[in-house]
Amino acid sequence: MIHLLNAILVLVLMMNLFALGTSRIMTVIQTVAAQGALLSLIPLLAHGHLTLPVALATIAALALKGIAIPSMMAHALRDANIKREVEPLIGLLPSIILGALGTVFALLFASQLPLAGEHADSLLVPASFATMLTGFIFLTTRFKALSQVLGYLVLENGIFIFGMLLINVMPLMVEMGVLLDLFVGIFVICIIVNKINQSFSSMDTRQLVSLKE
Amino acid sequence: MVDNIIHIALLLVFPPFLLGVINKTKAWFGGRVGAPLLQPYYDLAKLFQKEWVLSTTTTWIFRAGPVVTLACVLLAGLLIPLGRFAAPIGFAGDLILFAYLFGLARFFTTAAALDTGSAFEGMGAAREATFSCLSEPALFFALLVLAKLSGSLMLGDLLRGPLGGFAPTVIAPLVLIAIGLFIVLLAETCRIPVDDPNTHLELTMIHEVMVLDHSGPLLGVILYAAAIKLFVLGSVLLHVLAPVQLATAWLNWPLFLLELSGLAVAVGIVESIMARLQMRHVPYLLVSAVLFCGFSFILLVR
Repeated sequence: MIHLLNAILVLVLMMNLFALGTSRIMTVIQTVAAQGALLSLIPLLAHGHLTLPVALATIAALALKGIAIPSMMAHALRDANIKREVEPLIGLLPSIILGALGTVFALLFASQLPLAGEHADSLLVPASFATMLTGFIFLTTRFKALSQVLGYLVLENGIFIFGMLLINVMPLMVEMGVLLDLFVGIFVICIIVNKINQSFSSMDTRQLVSLKE
Repeated sequence: MVDNIIHIALLLVFPPFLLGVINKTKAWFGGRVGAPLLQPYYDLAKLFQKEWVLSTTTTWIFRAGPVVTLACVLLAGLLIPLGRFAAPIGFAGDLILFAYLFGLARFFTTAAALDTGSAFEGMGAAREATFSCLSEPALFFALLVLAKLSGSLMLGDLLRGPLGGFAPTVIAPLVLIAIGLFIVLLAETCRIPVDDPNTHLELTMIHEVMVLDHSGPLLGVILYAAAIKLFVLGSVLLHVLAPVQLATAWLNWPLFLLELSGLAVAVGIVESIMARLQMRHVPYLLVSAVLFCGFSFILLVR
């Protein structure tokens, strides 16, 4: 079971790099959606046997991360009428390389941590660190509001992976609460993005600082 | 012995069929009937019957290019095991020979392109050399991972893996090198998204531009060698993708051919649903192939 889990996590890591390397925001949304859908399978695999809370967590994560949030963002993207992140702070190839370095760092770092025996072989911890780092790279180097929301989503995916370490003891309520917060957060941001777009005809967050006047 | 003969016969006869499968898949996606599956054979037969037309500025290098390429890929084909059957030739460390046979073939192709004295072909040669710099490390990392897994430096043992298939603990690295090798396969055989074998536009050609001056039998040799290259790299990839075997030994041959045709269909699907990448984006793809294979190695040794 743990080997299948590792294969899924490797795919998640590759999606991180792919998302960093593409300029089309729609493609990034689809990648992050696929990543979320893949991640929602992890509770099933990490837990070992099917129980009602685990099944609920899986279905809720799949519905929110895989379907609801991406379709909301795609809608906002259509309204905002933008297609690409035009000039990120650092280019696409440097961000891929930065992401790759982050992943290597996460792998090396996780191997130094005193993990519980059952997690020593799994990639859960390095994958979670690498995904969080990818989210940070997104948040710091992209200027379109929607790209930054995507960075936030990737960051949350990383935290979700880390939470899987505790899936056996974490109450379902906490998991659901996190998902609900995420959903509401994205919902509000999408509305704000829409408003920004209507009022200022630009989605560049750098221009928000000049609104003092 | 019989297996060796079948190996050589397949290596000589089967490759153009893969091109036919790719073209048929693309035609099916485009809603056309498409050329018959055996069309590449007819094309080769037609080309070999034509007379030689050589530019007066060219030297023997121009004629040696296609011939050396063909010899290199055929030798590389003898080094790899097909399916579960042993390779006809094998010695410790032959993976380096395997990688650099492709390097030698590439050197002669580019030298032949430069030999024509055309600036246009020189441009193609420069592109080919640049992109191969990136695909070679990916191939090496992938072979390194397989060598580490199987504990052998001989292609025959390394590709077939330990007896009874790979351990389930190594699924994650294998997934990574499978993707890396698929990108290398697309780049080395000049397929979309790296290069378009049908294009004749100055801005987009890589491999096609280098062979523009070749015609008749020489062009036939080049097309044939390209098909064999697809066959060889496809068989390498199949060892990672589908390390299964049937109990009845001889049934593994049809299984292998079926898997290889399936791979050709996959290449055809990629060509149908993807556009060619912009020239400046091709290195991103190849760098990511290197990263995938490199990660796979890090996963294994960490």
